[in-house]
Amino acid sequence: MTIKEFKHVLRDPRSLFFLLAQPVMLMLLFGFALSNEVKESRVAIIDQARDEETKKLTDRLDQSEYFDVMGHYADPSVVPALFEKGAARLAIVFPPHFANDLEHLNAGQIQVLADASDPNTAAIATSYASAIFGAYQDELLGLMKLPYKINIETRMLYNPQLVSAFSFVPGVMTLILTILCTMMTSVAIVREKELGTLEVLLASPMHPMQIVVSKAVPYLVLAMIDVAVILLLAVYVLGVPIRGSLFLLMAENTLYISNTLALGLLVSTITEKQQVAMFVSLVGFMLPALLFSGFMFPIENMPWPLQWISHAVPTRWYYRIVNAIMIKGLGLASIWKETLILAVMTLGLLVLAVKKFKVRLL
Amino acid sequence: MKTIQTDRLTRTFDKGKVTALQEVSFAVEKGEIFGLIGPDGAGKTTLIRILASLILPDSGSASLAGFDPVRDYARVRQIIGYMPGRFSLYQDLSVQENLRFFATVFKADLETNYPLIKDLYDQLAPFKNRRAGQLSGGMKQKLALCCALVHEPEILLLDEPTTGVDPVSRREFWDMLIRLKARGITILVSTPYMDEATLCDRIALIQKGTILETGTPAEIPRRLSRPVYAASAGDMYLLLRAVRDYPETHSCYTFGESHHVQLKSGSPQDLLDFLGGRIPGPVALDQIEPGIEDVFMDKMTSRT
Repeated sequence: MTIKEFKHVLRDPRSLFFLLAQPVMLMLLFGFALSNEVKESRVAIIDQARDEETKKLTDRLDQSEYFDVMGHYADPSVVPALFEKGAARLAIVFPPHFANDLEHLNAGQIQVLADASDPNTAAIATSYASAIFGAYQDELLGLMKLPYKINIETRMLYNPQLVSAFSFVPGVMTLILTILCTMMTSVAIVREKELGTLEVLLASPMHPMQIVVSKAVPYLVLAMIDVAVILLLAVYVLGVPIRGSLFLLMAENTLYISNTLALGLLVSTITEKQQVAMFVSLVGFMLPALLFSGFMFPIENMPWPLQWISHAVPTRWYYRIVNAIMIKGLGLASIWKETLILAVMTLGLLVLAVKKFKVRLL
Repeated sequence: MKTIQTDRLTRTFDKGKVTALQEVSFAVEKGEIFGLIGPDGAGKTTLIRILASLILPDSGSASLAGFDPVRDYARVRQIIGYMPGRFSLYQDLSVQENLRFFATVFKADLETNYPLIKDLYDQLAPFKNRRAGQLSGGMKQKLALCCALVHEPEILLLDEPTTGVDPVSRREFWDMLIRLKARGITILVSTPYMDEATLCDRIALIQKGTILETGTPAEIPRRLSRPVYAASAGDMYLLLRAVRDYPETHSCYTFGESHHVQLKSGSPQDLLDFLGGRIPGPVALDQIEPGIEDVFMDKMTSRT
């Protein structure tokens, strides 16, 4: 039976390609193209001082990989026009006598203007700029002796460079497994309903659950291959570490795959048409998995009803587990709660799916 | 004990709005070919699916070799070979792969049961590596029958196996059924084709969810109370209208070259006299041996 299922999957090269190429594509897409980091923001410099200090600061900006000085202007009134054209994302205004003020009044003013039509990028770019100015200020301060000083030393633990790959690798695994297991299994079973072959299988001596389990096995294997591909890409191409135990990670993956397979099975018992099964899997399970996993949007920022809903989404727990193992290098001791929740959910879904599975047509 | 027995099987759909089967009772003897003859929508598929344990009846009971398809569905599924009305094999698998697959599903060994399907398999052998989806209609049905036979079932449930199949393949298919019967397999087969009724040992005429008649294909037409006449004339359409206008006509339907007429009373001469003024040219009216179709028409007219 399982051999036959593999044949079905292998006979359909298009979906096979889709299933195997998709994780690679998503990984590369997230890894290189879709990044949270904001690099090479174009900056307009409006330097009304033109002294030693402003020149140094401008050079610093230009040298960093995050900024690219696109031009020098005399008057801040050009800024709106530059933003409107999209020629610059950020504008730095140095007032006249900047160095003089800094030296004699002990206070230099810098104005940072950002195009906040895209708020996230604007916030990130301004923070980069502040960091560069801050670093420069620290250098200046280092030359003097100050009576009081608070040193803020910020360190980003687990991901010091804030590499976005760290956060999306667990996210992509979540996505792929949801698509592969939930959608493909439900569609595969519903296809037998549509073709009428389920009728013959049901009328055979084989136990109905056996039919379903053997349909799920090829997707389980494919899912495992995909997980391996994702992890290999993550480690060797994107440089994301697996800090925790690989064995624990694979065990948790297996748990989550069972969860998504149970969901797929459940979908197949309540739908009669392939399109409906696909739609239910995508809208009913993949979208919540994306929205409520914490991968794209922080759950803490959601209004409480949505936070409440997110507790019911298995992905949320899985995402936390993967994140904890891969990035933080934690062991089972610190994620047993999430694991338990996921295991209970999986068991519940399996029981429900088996109960709902019909041994007859009607 | 009968091999297949049903007792007042009733099944409705759409929350009782559509009645598919109404108190259907019949029995099939061991080793006979039993035909369920009826038009589309008569309830044949529902009946066969209930027997195959795929649908639950609303009321009534059934037994196959002593097993109840509701309670002992697992046992029933071991002894039946079921062929649904729609071609239900894997189109993307080859002939051989389909066979092997169903042999595994039925936990059967292809080689042990080979004698049973040898005849069929020999016909399929030239195409054994072809994908099932690319077979002709007749070949598909032969393959489906092969797959239904791999586990040597005691009972074959065939739902319209010859619908959409060319006449030669139909004939070959029936020859095969008769050979299977000789091996002691009980066969329940449904068909909308009246001419296949004569190939069965016994038949049940089914319509609108009720069984009209049960018996051998020869005896059922003899139960008709009225003689049946074949009428023909130059203008067949005009003739049909005129015969139906005749007050003593019980029923008049077109069958091939002629109209079959049953009269409530009176002699055929009275009908000819009535037609004389209305139909130009000569009218032929001969008494004929009634067929299954005539029984159907009689019942349909009587019920309305």
